[in-house]
Amino acid sequence: MAIITYREALNQALREEMSRDDRVFLMGEEVGVYNGAYKVSKGLLDEFGEMRVVDTPITELGFAGVGVGAAMVGLRPVIEFMTWNFALLAIDQVVNAAAKMLYMSGGQYPMPMVFRGPNGAALQLSAQHSQAFESWLAHIPGLKVVTPGTPYDAKGLLKAAIRDDNPVIVLEGEMLYNTKGEVPEHDYLVPIGKADLKREGDHCSIITNGKMALMAMNAADQLAKDGIRVDVVDLRTVRPMDVEAIVTSVKKTNRAVVLEEGWEIAGIGAQVVDYIQRECFDHLDAPVLRVHQEDVPMPYAKGLEKLAKPDLQKTIAAVRKVMYLD
Amino acid sequence: MAPKKRPDPRALPGDPALRRELFHSMLLQRRFEEKVGEAYALGKIGGFCHLYIGQEAVSTGVLSMLRPDDYVITTYRDHGQALARGMSPRAIMAELFGRVDGCSRGKGGSMHLFDRNLNFLGGHGIVGGHVPVAAGVGFAIKYRGGDQVIVCFMGESVVNTGAFHEALNMAALWKLPCLFIIENNKYGMGTAVERAAAIKDLDRRADAYAGMHGEHVDGQDVFAVREATGRALESCRKESRPALLEIRTYRFMGHSMSDAVSGTYRTKAELDEQLKRDPVWMMKARMLEAGDCTEAEVSEMEREIKALCQDAWDFADASPEPSPEALYEDVLVDTVS
Amino acid sequence: MATKVFMEALSPTMEEGRLVSWLKQEGDAVKSGEVLAEVETDKAVMELTARGDGVLRKQLVAAGTTAPVGTLVGIIAEVNEDIAALLAGAAASAPTASAPAASAPVATAAPTAPASTPARAAAPTPAAPAAPPAPAGRALVSPLARRLADESGVSLGAVQGSGPGGRIVKRDIEEALARGPVGAAPAAAPRPAAPVRTGEAFEDIPLTQIRKTIAKRLSESIGPIPTFYLTAEFDLTRVAEMRTAALALGDGFKVSFNDVILKAVATALTQHPGVNAHWLGDRIRRFGGVHLGMAVATDDGLIVPVIFDADQKGLREISAESKSLAKKARERKLKPEEFTGSSFSVSNLGMMQIDQFTAIINPPEVGILAIGAIEEKVVVGADGGFSVQPRLRVTMSCDHRAVDGAVGAAFLQTLRRLIENPLLLSF
Repeated sequence: MAIITYREALNQALREEMSRDDRVFLMGEEVGVYNGAYKVSKGLLDEFGEMRVVDTPITELGFAGVGVGAAMVGLRPVIEFMTWNFALLAIDQVVNAAAKMLYMSGGQYPMPMVFRGPNGAALQLSAQHSQAFESWLAHIPGLKVVTPGTPYDAKGLLKAAIRDDNPVIVLEGEMLYNTKGEVPEHDYLVPIGKADLKREGDHCSIITNGKMALMAMNAADQLAKDGIRVDVVDLRTVRPMDVEAIVTSVKKTNRAVVLEEGWEIAGIGAQVVDYIQRECFDHLDAPVLRVHQEDVPMPYAKGLEKLAKPDLQKTIAAVRKVMYLD
Repeated sequence: MAPKKRPDPRALPGDPALRRELFHSMLLQRRFEEKVGEAYALGKIGGFCHLYIGQEAVSTGVLSMLRPDDYVITTYRDHGQALARGMSPRAIMAELFGRVDGCSRGKGGSMHLFDRNLNFLGGHGIVGGHVPVAAGVGFAIKYRGGDQVIVCFMGESVVNTGAFHEALNMAALWKLPCLFIIENNKYGMGTAVERAAAIKDLDRRADAYAGMHGEHVDGQDVFAVREATGRALESCRKESRPALLEIRTYRFMGHSMSDAVSGTYRTKAELDEQLKRDPVWMMKARMLEAGDCTEAEVSEMEREIKALCQDAWDFADASPEPSPEALYEDVLVDTVS
Repeated sequence: MATKVFMEALSPTMEEGRLVSWLKQEGDAVKSGEVLAEVETDKAVMELTARGDGVLRKQLVAAGTTAPVGTLVGIIAEVNEDIAALLAGAAASAPTASAPAASAPVATAAPTAPASTPARAAAPTPAAPAAPPAPAGRALVSPLARRLADESGVSLGAVQGSGPGGRIVKRDIEEALARGPVGAAPAAAPRPAAPVRTGEAFEDIPLTQIRKTIAKRLSESIGPIPTFYLTAEFDLTRVAEMRTAALALGDGFKVSFNDVILKAVATALTQHPGVNAHWLGDRIRRFGGVHLGMAVATDDGLIVPVIFDADQKGLREISAESKSLAKKARERKLKPEEFTGSSFSVSNLGMMQIDQFTAIINPPEVGILAIGAIEEKVVVGADGGFSVQPRLRVTMSCDHRAVDGAVGAAFLQTLRRLIENPLLLSF
């Protein structure tokens, strides 16, 4: 199996799906001539031409709506947001149009489309460019929301998202684009809605998604040195959530830490904790703890930024606490 | 382009059969909407309900110029256009009643009428939100090399939104076959157009986008609307260029059923003045004058339409409520491609 | 080093206790584990044991006083140790004999009280730190630990929590189990070791569809426990003969009719696991052993002590244990673990000359056997002749969600066979 970057994995997914189905096109800011702000679409313009790799004006609301219209009449748009921070301008199209069209038309208009782009904080980009939107989008019925954390998952989930006849949100990570991993060269899909057990242990579960999966695996490896065996449940999809995977793990370990990139209030972790208290009440040996971004906008100063973000130490401390070790 | 002069009534465009058809379309909308108002008052219809009375020449004029394979998208004030596009009064009334036989299975209601068979892409509830969607349909037409047109109706208040500008810019930039129709009924909810738009002739918004055809026209004259639409469609279909029509009309009812017809933001005198130019009765007068039909024939048409509207009501009333299982249907499809 | 004596939670649900009597007086030397006092809980009279060595220097509540769990009731210290500060602290909060328990403050931390939670923050060593006592009122138990304790029969009152605020967590239950006899506090008299048994303590049987339907339909008919009743009359001739013969062997072999019935029920239950079971809503739990509840009337009301592993015990053991349990019950000296955990129950009103009656099922058990009076009756024999026999009527109440008519009847058939041929009980 080839070792490639997350960026290349996404590029492969786009290329393969655009070759497979000529209804698929990519649209967004600088996806064509510039080869993509993060080079995810590198080479696609040359290969597929400007009707299928479309550079747009800087108009998130506008081109997200163009995607919605194209999907209504049978095309399969992949709409790239340069970052999800900018997609706030397009939230009406995502929430009010794409997510609801099927329902309010009584089933007449499925919306086979993908909204994708980097999500969450990178480094020192400060408040307006550093936020994780999982919980905003996972809140909306009518959407599916996937958050690949590895190159393998990135390719498999993006391909599955493009083939899905529903609107699928793909939350990538700017800090992930250069990470490397094994990715098959053949055609494969990662099923939407299925979590992946990235580490196996029986002492504590870390339930996480997206970029945080890497941190969780790192924490598990550190804790293993102290003899603490951690299950790392990478949700991969946050809507629909793989409740069975969460419950199976927590019933095995009796303890859980939920790790997410976003803010605490009404976060993904809040939902995970709800599933746990409902399904695993009699199996819990400790309250479930959450690790997340501090409840502040992202500061610019390096030291403050580090304090604001969830990190390895906070994760390890939470695991030790639910195990009554500290 | 200057508005067209009123044509000589003795030389009405089209043949008498077409004119009777146009009149029938407008009269059906008028009587249907009156029936809707009655049903709303009796609690048969709930929620927001925006009547189209006074604007019938716009829907009939524009949509009578389209091909069946063209696309239509509109706002929440969508009953008139749905009827003019050919949707059955039964399916519309059942939708308004929230029943399973409604065009959107009772899931959409007054603001969200959809009919895939008619390429009627729905009524949309967020002012401005559907204009980029129309550009997307235009993009898809061009992507596939078709010669259809997407017609996008909107109220005049839309021209002040960012979505409008973003969509028209892309439509012009990419030369998309989109016909944007501004139905200028003078008020965005309760705010007069001159209190909201920093421009007088709204069709001049087209000037901001290279190559976009723009024109304003009297919206109470169905023939004038048809002519302007024809010119705009020519631009869209033949030259693959977007066009913008400002069709000046007037709504005789309040913004929605919960809104007074006159009082706070417009005077009774203004309304009375506008009622003199009722598009339905102007059309009738011209047809009588031209000898297209007699009073007796109009009365017969009234009887037939009245029966049609009552039939729609009875059908809707008899249609079952959606089953509880329907609650969870149509959130997602379980198919992949 | 002084040791404080607190009112402890001696039953899972105990919130306060009445100090019935001091068994050690001020000035008496005490060793850790020795019984200091008797305490009446909401269920029984229990023993309060010393948790340190020294001399009982002070009794802070008088006999007869009710005090909330967590109240300081005494001080153990060295003979010459200065306990003035402890006494001063206790004076502020401890109830006295005249103070009604209801007004006792809930363990308001005296300034000198060392066992407050913040102390934990300063001691981050992972090695099982000494936990402060659970706050008064409610024992803190993790949901998992509570379930494990229920399943293993560990008495939570006898477990010290090691989690935050004294929370009892999984490892505490595991340690309690590893320490030996289930739920026994260090000083409590150990229960006789349970006989070695092969197989599991119980087996959970998933509900089949038909079982679910039966449960649902019948609960709708008579709810929440759809009970039906089976009555049978047994010939006790041979039991009577056996008693006579046993008595002739001396007092050591004296058994009552009731003892024989208990033994027979226990033996029959081993052959009918569907009756020796609990209804748990989503499944039926069949027990590997027979834990026979026997209803005992006391002045305070009914209580059902349990003969654990009755199927493994001989007649003499059952006889001795049932007498001892009945006595303890009447004296309110039963420990919680002695009256919980039965898998099937028997109620006997024969001594009250009740001919026959129906007993109420003690959920989650699925059956109870009501024993009537033994009566001399004239019966027609197989040969057409008449004879006089001691006859016993029993009525079994069955939870139809778990037990069908035929299953209950088959159990009674076995029981009849055993009681009418008591020789079988020795096999």
